[in-house]
Amino acid sequence: MTATAAPPVPGAARRRHPARGRSLWLLVLLGVLGAIAAASVTVGSREVEWSDVLAALTGSAEGFDQAAVAKRIPRTLLALLAGAALAVSGAVMQGVTRNPLADPGILGVNMGASLAVASGIAYFGLASATGFVWVAIAGAGATSVFVYVIGSLGRGGASPLKLALAGAATSAALASSISAVVLPRGDIAEGVRSWQIGGVGGATFDGITQVLPFLAAGLAVALLSARGLNLLALGDDLAAGLGERVAVTRTTAAFGAVVLCGATTAVTGPIGFVGLVVPHVCRLLVGVDHRWLLPFSALGGAALLTAADVMGRIVARPGEIDVGIVTALIGGPFFIYIVRRQKVRDL
Amino acid sequence: MTAPTAESSVSARTSGPVGVVRRRRVRRRRTVITALTTLIVLVFLVTLMVGRTFYPPGDVVGVILGQDVPGASFTVGRLRLPRAVLAVAAGLCFGLAGVTFQTMLRNPLASPDIIGISSGASAAATFAIVVLSLDGTGVSVFAIAAGLAVSLIVYVLSFKRGVTGTRLILIGIGIAAMLDSVTSYILDRAAQWDLQEAMRWLTGSLNGAGWDETVPVIAALAAIGPVLLYKSRDLAVLRLGDETASALGIRVDRTRLVATTGAVGLIAFAIAATGPIAFVAFLSGPIAARILGPNGSPLVPSALVGALLVLIADLCGQFAFGTRYPVGVVTGVLGAPYLVYLIVRTSRAGTSL
Repeated sequence: MTATAAPPVPGAARRRHPARGRSLWLLVLLGVLGAIAAASVTVGSREVEWSDVLAALTGSAEGFDQAAVAKRIPRTLLALLAGAALAVSGAVMQGVTRNPLADPGILGVNMGASLAVASGIAYFGLASATGFVWVAIAGAGATSVFVYVIGSLGRGGASPLKLALAGAATSAALASSISAVVLPRGDIAEGVRSWQIGGVGGATFDGITQVLPFLAAGLAVALLSARGLNLLALGDDLAAGLGERVAVTRTTAAFGAVVLCGATTAVTGPIGFVGLVVPHVCRLLVGVDHRWLLPFSALGGAALLTAADVMGRIVARPGEIDVGIVTALIGGPFFIYIVRRQKVRDL
Repeated sequence: MTAPTAESSVSARTSGPVGVVRRRRVRRRRTVITALTTLIVLVFLVTLMVGRTFYPPGDVVGVILGQDVPGASFTVGRLRLPRAVLAVAAGLCFGLAGVTFQTMLRNPLASPDIIGISSGASAAATFAIVVLSLDGTGVSVFAIAAGLAVSLIVYVLSFKRGVTGTRLILIGIGIAAMLDSVTSYILDRAAQWDLQEAMRWLTGSLNGAGWDETVPVIAALAAIGPVLLYKSRDLAVLRLGDETASALGIRVDRTRLVATTGAVGLIAFAIAATGPIAFVAFLSGPIAARILGPNGSPLVPSALVGALLVLIADLCGQFAFGTRYPVGVVTGVLGAPYLVYLIVRTSRAGTSL
């Protein structure tokens, strides 16, 4: 078997009572998520009283404080959704490619979505969020196939090293292509550039409603393929021997992952590393069973992205740091940690 | 020739005794190098002739030889000549540094622009331009220092009972991702004027090149180039894998250190002058290896290919399209078809990358 994305389940006690351990972690995670969501609504460059928060939550928007909170509600919602989508997408990609380093950012998939949207804006006068979603999903899909094919060339198939290199090289080529698209069009340069940094600051309820169906569909596909992903982890031959249609499972699951990260990128811009970090941490908590891992990753991703957004607002008061930058600064060291932990032969 | 031993059948297959084969290899290598040099000279002259005003070859050669040609002396001598010389020098640096990394790390995708060195220089230069409002030399110093520092950090972080190429590449990619986000954070806060300056630098461009930018690059090339060429044989042996190389008497860690430092130095000086011209370091090595075949060290040919790439891409960027593109955009877009070509070729030949 080649590099598995499966570190051993820690803790013998937890292994004896997996269900109890998992339920406990589920409660903890839900609590953390609630706390972070509350913080995201209350914390920002403007200090707000709790009474104003409650008033704003019930729909009132009187005065600056309540108006500020009212703006933070869609933002929090988008951060939760985007985090969940990216983390599930990353977990599925790690399962499909059996590769611990898979992440929509590292594999260049986000960049593909960006190029597609930039070309859409420049050449086809794309303006509506629905248009963005379709184009971004198409771009993400094309890029992920491209990177996967390059990464699996040659001896040894799609090793983590080759996939990561293929992703980085493709990202670089796509970034140049984005400059080539944008440079002659001074009028759209500003818009595209600010969109290229992933952030949830400009969230609106309209934008969220438009991607929601895509996210729901992607999530459903991903969750339904959880059992298949468990079998894929055993290796293609064994999975096929156990009656799994390997190619079908892999394609379906990858499709779900691409829809999730493409749709998210369409509203938030490219956000990296959430899909890398969260599944790894969740695997330590609940083990390698994808039926548990995927829902946990969704919750963990929502918590991480929202926390990163809050952090970006606190650190740079009165301005803010876009969440895409915060996640890269948290995720980069984590990526290095994973690389250092792996045995060289598995890379 | 008496009884057909294994040795004689081998030499029969390679059509001739070892001496003949070696002579043929040397001849092939010489042909390739001569052809590349001739092409560079030709494109160099074309670059000097073409522009808003066209100057005949006679005028251009006259200017290069130091004669005073009315009109041409300023346009060609002051504007186009430094630009073309910088294109050649930076191209040589990128090509040489790129192939050094690719040979050392045994992977055609492992070039300095992928594994974080360019990202480090870019982040530092953006910081220098936007936050510190430096220009010219200040930016260059920052970029060179950051390129060296980042490669040191990558090297240290990938040290765990020795450095393996695989870990070095992956950690470089992680560092690059972090640095890129730092760059975009700084850019997002930049004022309009700084932003333009930083963007021009980041895409890699020869616009406004003068002798002040060109001379340091040439100096770095003259100082570091010979060291790398001297080490080229050790590098070639390193290709066989660390264990084999040390069994063959190569001091692996030392060779790697010298090669890394040299290549990083070259790339840092070139980047400081032109900005990261995307993919030149990445493409030169494989192209040179393709032209040259297995006929000796690819170091000199890929340096030449690098120079040729930058010259041609700059010419195309200036005149081939409706808009004037900086050279980095042209070479960057070339990267995508190259990756496709890599797929097609490997799947047809069924070989490893």
